[in-house]
Amino acid sequence: MAAVGYLLAAALGLGGAALGVAGALGHAWTVRLPALLPLGGLELTMDPLGGLFLALVGAAAVPASIYALGYARGDARGLLAYVLFLAAMGVVPLAANALTFLLAWELMSLASYALVLHDRRAHESVSAAWVYAVMTHAGLACLLAGMLLLGAWTGSFAFADWRAAAPGLAPAARNAAFLLLGLGFAAKAGIIPLHVWLPLAHPAAPSHVSALMSGVMIKLGVYGLLRAGLDWLGGGPPWWGVVVMLAGAVSAVVGVLYALVDHDLKRLLAFHSIENVGIILIGIGAGLVFRAAGLPDLAVLGLAAGLYHTLNHAAFKALLFLGAGAVLHATGTRNMEEMGGLVKRMPWTAAGFLVGSAAIAALPPLNGFVSEWLTFQALLQNLRLVHAGLNLVFAVGLAGLALTAGLALACFVKAFGITFLALPRSVAAAEAHEADGPMRAGMGLLALACAALGLGPSVVLPVLGRVAAPLARASVVPTFGDWLTLRISGDFASLSMPAVAAALAAAAALPLAVLTLAGAGRRRRGYETWGCGRLVQTARMEYTATAFANPFKRVFDFFYRPVKQLDIEVHPESRLFVERIAYENPTRSIFDDWLYRPVLDAIHRGARRMRAIQSGSANLYLMYILAALLVLLVLA
Amino acid sequence: MFRQLRTALRAGIVTEPAPPGPGPLDLEALGAELRREIRRRFGRSLHIRQVDAGSCNGCELEISGLTGPHYDLERFGLHFVASPRHADCLLVTGPVTLNMAEALRRTYHATPDPKIVVAVGDCGRDAGIYRGSYAVVGGVGDVIPVDAVIPGCPPSPRDLLAGLLGLLGRAG
Amino acid sequence: MEGVLVGLLQVVLAAAGAPLVTGLLRTLKARLAGRRGPSPLQPYADLRKLLAKDAVVSTTTSWIFRATPWVLVASMLAAALVVPLVVSRPGLAFAGNIILVMYLFMLGTFFLALAGLDAGSAFGGMGSSREVAVAALAEPTVILAVFALALRAGTINLGGIVEHLRTQPHLAVNPGHLLAFAAFFIVMIAETGRLPVDNPATHLELTMIHEAMVLEYSGHYLALVEWAGSMKLLLFLALLANLFFPMGVPDRVALLPLLLGLLALASKLLVLVGALALIETSVAKLRLFRVPELLAGSFALAVLSVTSVFLLR
Repeated sequence: MAAVGYLLAAALGLGGAALGVAGALGHAWTVRLPALLPLGGLELTMDPLGGLFLALVGAAAVPASIYALGYARGDARGLLAYVLFLAAMGVVPLAANALTFLLAWELMSLASYALVLHDRRAHESVSAAWVYAVMTHAGLACLLAGMLLLGAWTGSFAFADWRAAAPGLAPAARNAAFLLLGLGFAAKAGIIPLHVWLPLAHPAAPSHVSALMSGVMIKLGVYGLLRAGLDWLGGGPPWWGVVVMLAGAVSAVVGVLYALVDHDLKRLLAFHSIENVGIILIGIGAGLVFRAAGLPDLAVLGLAAGLYHTLNHAAFKALLFLGAGAVLHATGTRNMEEMGGLVKRMPWTAAGFLVGSAAIAALPPLNGFVSEWLTFQALLQNLRLVHAGLNLVFAVGLAGLALTAGLALACFVKAFGITFLALPRSVAAAEAHEADGPMRAGMGLLALACAALGLGPSVVLPVLGRVAAPLARASVVPTFGDWLTLRISGDFASLSMPAVAAALAAAAALPLAVLTLAGAGRRRRGYETWGCGRLVQTARMEYTATAFANPFKRVFDFFYRPVKQLDIEVHPESRLFVERIAYENPTRSIFDDWLYRPVLDAIHRGARRMRAIQSGSANLYLMYILAALLVLLVLA
Repeated sequence: MFRQLRTALRAGIVTEPAPPGPGPLDLEALGAELRREIRRRFGRSLHIRQVDAGSCNGCELEISGLTGPHYDLERFGLHFVASPRHADCLLVTGPVTLNMAEALRRTYHATPDPKIVVAVGDCGRDAGIYRGSYAVVGGVGDVIPVDAVIPGCPPSPRDLLAGLLGLLGRAG
Repeated sequence: MEGVLVGLLQVVLAAAGAPLVTGLLRTLKARLAGRRGPSPLQPYADLRKLLAKDAVVSTTTSWIFRATPWVLVASMLAAALVVPLVVSRPGLAFAGNIILVMYLFMLGTFFLALAGLDAGSAFGGMGSSREVAVAALAEPTVILAVFALALRAGTINLGGIVEHLRTQPHLAVNPGHLLAFAAFFIVMIAETGRLPVDNPATHLELTMIHEAMVLEYSGHYLALVEWAGSMKLLLFLALLANLFFPMGVPDRVALLPLLLGLLALASKLLVLVGALALIETSVAKLRLFRVPELLAGSFALAVLSVTSVFLLR
């Protein structure tokens, strides 16, 4: 029963992807069902931007659903929420009026809430779902406020009317709408400091859902930002772009820093989602600035880079989440410190995870490299902006992106190396089993997608350019070279991924052939790892994830603010006999301590004060209602 | 930095010429065929891993003199390395103590073939003055196959260099 | 056809010349320390010997450990197709720019760090952790130094930078340009594991960075790793020489300009190797947690270089 459902979901995804690709290529249409809903009815419109994101939803749903065939066998309750979740995500990018949009948005949030809560008995899941519900509804409140304001100012809730009326709005009104909508979408996208729900909710959900939440759902926040900033409001002053870029740079660096010291495999991936949304926003922010500065060709480049990274992140992050799910399934733990040696027990999963790790670490010739390269090119071209302040903002973006790339590399050396290599650190890891067929198929599809998106930017990028051109108000879509080579702004920069891949392959094959013919390396002998002559090698001697991350903890201690807790119990007779040593070196989140804690405390204090008027007497409450009514009438 | 450059220019090269002939070197175990083979393989490049199997550190003191400017063994393509995996030659000192015997055996197996084992010092040859001690297994040859011995208590850096070069057929 | 030939020439040059650069560096260091030192050709003898030896591979390791040396060599050889060694636009210049080159280096770092973890030895893990930490912290400097170059050249294609900057010889005395050079030089020291960041000749595992990762390699694997390491050094030095001081790098592929280009490259490399040897003999290794300060310093130099362009334009 559940298997049929997931197969159906995969087919649905395939259809959605096809429809979306057609839309992204320019096949536009509109569906109106006025009778179905009040306030303008249900209205869907296909345009290139919506098509692209629909294609993303559909394409990601296929491998996730196939994977679920093996992973979530017999989970009928989860299936309903899963299908609703997919359908809602498919409707969001097509919604053409506020009501349709908000209904789909909320349905998406509620369905994913149910999926996060799939393990109802675990305290962790319940509290994760609670935080998720609060944050997503705080975001919704911002969205609602922004949309109601826009509706009031333009007199309509159809997006087409907003588009037409936006140029006539006062700058202050446009700024207010941008900030409110931006906050709402940023909460969904997981931008720092609105990221707190992500590392809780992603690990709690089943892995195929985590893959979709991270790969697709948070991208709809990016979609919303593009839609609101560039379509509904029709662009704005340069500082919009500056805000977006700086938010992106901060999210990228902070996200990866948290990932480095987290040793829960899925939570680590969730922190990387924050990082990657940051990278996407760096590109989009550059696009916004260039657009405001009247450089439409560069604006297209920046936006296309951001969109490319959106696609890429969906591919490799979904792959990594599915791989992490397979590991969780096999070992029953998400704690990396209890893993190790899985490359031998789970070779297919390891290969998939390695592809995903190399892609997210932006290593050529895979896809993450292409979009980071494009983002770098977009940022480097700020030399065409003649404004020292903006130039310096771009320099911050460049440095932030570079630091992020380096730290992400470090983090995935840790994630892959500690999880899959060396000796198993626990019995569960030593007895792990390989994932089953459907799960491997799901991961394989995504690994192929990573390779294809890496090798084929000359196919993908022109499509993204066409999607981005109307947003950037570019009259002509800039060309990006030919089938072999990407060319950015004439001779500014070029990249040929097929040539790079061919060069790498040849450069590996040639020495291999020469040395093999020359007879080198014919004799190989296996022996224990060199340990200075020690008698046995055990997993306790291996470097742990904590140790691996320690240099970063020390270098960035102003950020992590680690606490040392050393607890030694000695024998009552003599303190020379130590019975137990406990050492902890946890980090403290500055966002929890300096932002959420004070805000929550203030809310609690306020709530305690409000208790005074809450006596429990129904008569008193009726009087409150009457008083409120009178005040409102007087005000009206 | 400039002081360093000045010093280097003023002092010039202080390395002494190579020892004239083979020093006290015991090649009893080595056949002529094997010696040619060693010459052919390692004549121009020999990477050495030093193993202390329980020595009094007298030999180590002399061995560390080899890398300094006076004896400078690197000019002959000899080089100390940090891992037996990188090594062609194990330079073993000391009487092999009970506690180090297994470690020495493991180091031997951890070294890729073809390899040479050189026992250094009188203790390395036959446990020297420690022979018969309850804590000592014996000379290096009692634990792993030895190709050559450089005797002395301790052998001077000059002896060591001459011995190694003699093994490689590069002196005398 | 011409492009293919030049590409091959560059690969052969990098592959064959790299051990010589490493050997020369060792010889010069020895001479500065008052030693006679090994011959500059010593690394060739070492490599030949290693290729003929057996390999001992830890039974704990997986295919990652065995594939890594090949990945390392492949990434360096591929980079040699892009970096302007003897001409400004070699065979595969169209395939990417300096960012591609840096990421190819990172590809090697990634796999080497994994190989360090693969054997399950604490030394390897320690080396991996330190190596990626240094590499990550060096990355922002690389990009900003590149940005400073791009600002002065108006392009980010390696060939374009060479051709633009060659027409401005006065840049050799421009403080902003020299700041970027200094920043990139420090990055080179960090990325290739030279003093004062890492001591390539150390025997003490606890102080190792790069060496700790390769403690497990032997035989032809070790030869490949060492060879790739010396190619990385050569490519970094060539980038420093030809991007910041592109005098003498020819565009045309003809015999005479090529020979002149080769001569120019050789003399520039000699100067850089001499400087590196002098630095390596006069400074001590920094404590590991001082290295970030050095890298922060290089980052500050790069920032100054970039801002100087904006403020002086």
